[in-house]
Amino acid sequence: MIAFNARSAWTIYKREVARALRTAMQSILGPVLTTVLYFVVFGAAIGGRMETMDGVNYGAFIVPGLLLLTLLSESTSNGSFGIYMPRFTGAIYELLSAPVGTAETLVGFVGAAATKSLILAAIILGTATFFVDYTILHPFYTLGFILLVSASFSLFGFILGIWADSFEKLGIVPVLFIVPLTFLGGTFYSIDVLPEPWRSVAMANPVVYLVNGLRWCFYGSSDFPIATSLGMTLAFLAICVAFIAWIFKTGWRLRS
Amino acid sequence: MPHQGKMESILEIRGLTKTYAGGFTALHGVDLDIRKGEIFALLGPNGAGKTTLIGAVCGLVRPSSGTIRVFGEDLGSHWRSLRARIGLVPQELATDMFETVMHTVNYSRGLFGLAPDAGKIEEILKALSLWDKRNEQIRALSGGMKRRVLIAKALAHEPQLLFLDEPTAGVDVELRRDMWQQIAKLRDLGTTVILTTHYIEEAEEMADRVGIIQAGRIRMVEQTSVMMKQLGRTEAHIRLAQPLADIPTMLDRFAVTLGDGGAELCYRGGDGAGGGKAEVAELTKTLVAAGIDYTSIDIRESSLEEIFVNLLEGEAQ
Repeated sequence: MIAFNARSAWTIYKREVARALRTAMQSILGPVLTTVLYFVVFGAAIGGRMETMDGVNYGAFIVPGLLLLTLLSESTSNGSFGIYMPRFTGAIYELLSAPVGTAETLVGFVGAAATKSLILAAIILGTATFFVDYTILHPFYTLGFILLVSASFSLFGFILGIWADSFEKLGIVPVLFIVPLTFLGGTFYSIDVLPEPWRSVAMANPVVYLVNGLRWCFYGSSDFPIATSLGMTLAFLAICVAFIAWIFKTGWRLRS
Repeated sequence: MPHQGKMESILEIRGLTKTYAGGFTALHGVDLDIRKGEIFALLGPNGAGKTTLIGAVCGLVRPSSGTIRVFGEDLGSHWRSLRARIGLVPQELATDMFETVMHTVNYSRGLFGLAPDAGKIEEILKALSLWDKRNEQIRALSGGMKRRVLIAKALAHEPQLLFLDEPTAGVDVELRRDMWQQIAKLRDLGTTVILTTHYIEEAEEMADRVGIIQAGRIRMVEQTSVMMKQLGRTEAHIRLAQPLADIPTMLDRFAVTLGDGGAELCYRGGDGAGGGKAEVAELTKTLVAAGIDYTSIDIRESSLEEIFVNLLEGEAQ
């Protein structure tokens, strides 16, 4: 018995990447432009008049947070849209009737969503050099962390795409949860500058650990140990994988 | 034309029951055997359970109980290897409409784990008259062409068992006949075909065997020709030159009634396989011998549709 059908997974992956490229204006240029605007306003314009934060120039300080803001929202959006559209159009029948299981589906859909996020990250980091001076202290950790976050939130998006039964539900989670949590998660500031009780409240926000993890990869300093950030991200990834495995086992919202 | 399938079962369904979350039971312990190499038509009114039955075999529906064996193996235990040999053409035109024909068919082949084969894809597209449209987006095609694309997608991984759920719904008469020929060709190449249809003439024209399903239960499974013979009838309407008050005694051996105030003699009998026509010929000779003149004869065999309707009405009563 075949445990993993690599050709099927590769086929899904190629198609999803092609779909993203087909809509490059919307899926790549849009988020890049938005992030560049943040760099221009907060990094170059306002940041130039502000002092350093945690010993880092403010314009450079916000680079990891802004990168994460895009990664979280785009990974979630790509992961959800990839599986929601075939459900919406009925084309999901082909996937369900094919000899593919959880692993092939995830590698195909989530792999493509994460790939798109990585392309976005590369473009954003490249573009940021035109507006702010920043360095990356741990490039390999940075790459690994970006990969981990992209995969985790693409998985989360995949769950969202299976749960949602309308375009409204599909869009509501990123808008009402991901973006606010990222903004309040230390994208533009260190949570050390928050007074109590807001600092304690902020620590309940999981995105705080992601932002600080990526900030450590860039500058070697953060509000928490890198192990805490890594542990939180891995735990989130494990929960998403376990939930998706349950979805495929029970057929929840996939098979009637 | 239909042919007699071999007796080897390619699909064995036993006690298949499906109760949906809302409590509706779509299938009640269905037993069904499909023979290798045949075209099997599953007929039934809307909501009878046809699509649920297909969905249970193709992985779209989770059965509540029962067993499904395909190619001699249990589908639940060997779903990966078995699904690779099953194709499905859904009822709805469901696919990414922005893809090109070539891309979507290649995708289907890869999804089922097969290596790209440009020659095979070309053969399929040419057989379905899609080759000239291969670089067009699906949304630009007509409804009939879109349906052909779905068939091409289902054939891309060279299935040995093919399900067609209402394959010619919304297709014009000319294209429908063309698609019948394509389906017959598939059967000739060794593919077993199971189709559901609302066009009963489709089943009559193509199917080796017909199954009738109603309210989630299989009511009858029979060879199309046998079903026609067992349940079919010949109907003749003989317009008389002079009305009759009563049926003459020499006609007692015929299944006739008088209609239209005695102006029409109506015959309904035979076996639906030509036996009735011989009786009508005998009836007309008897009329002539008795000096009963007539001006016209309208004769026809009952269709599978009439058999189907009569059967369902009989069950309802």
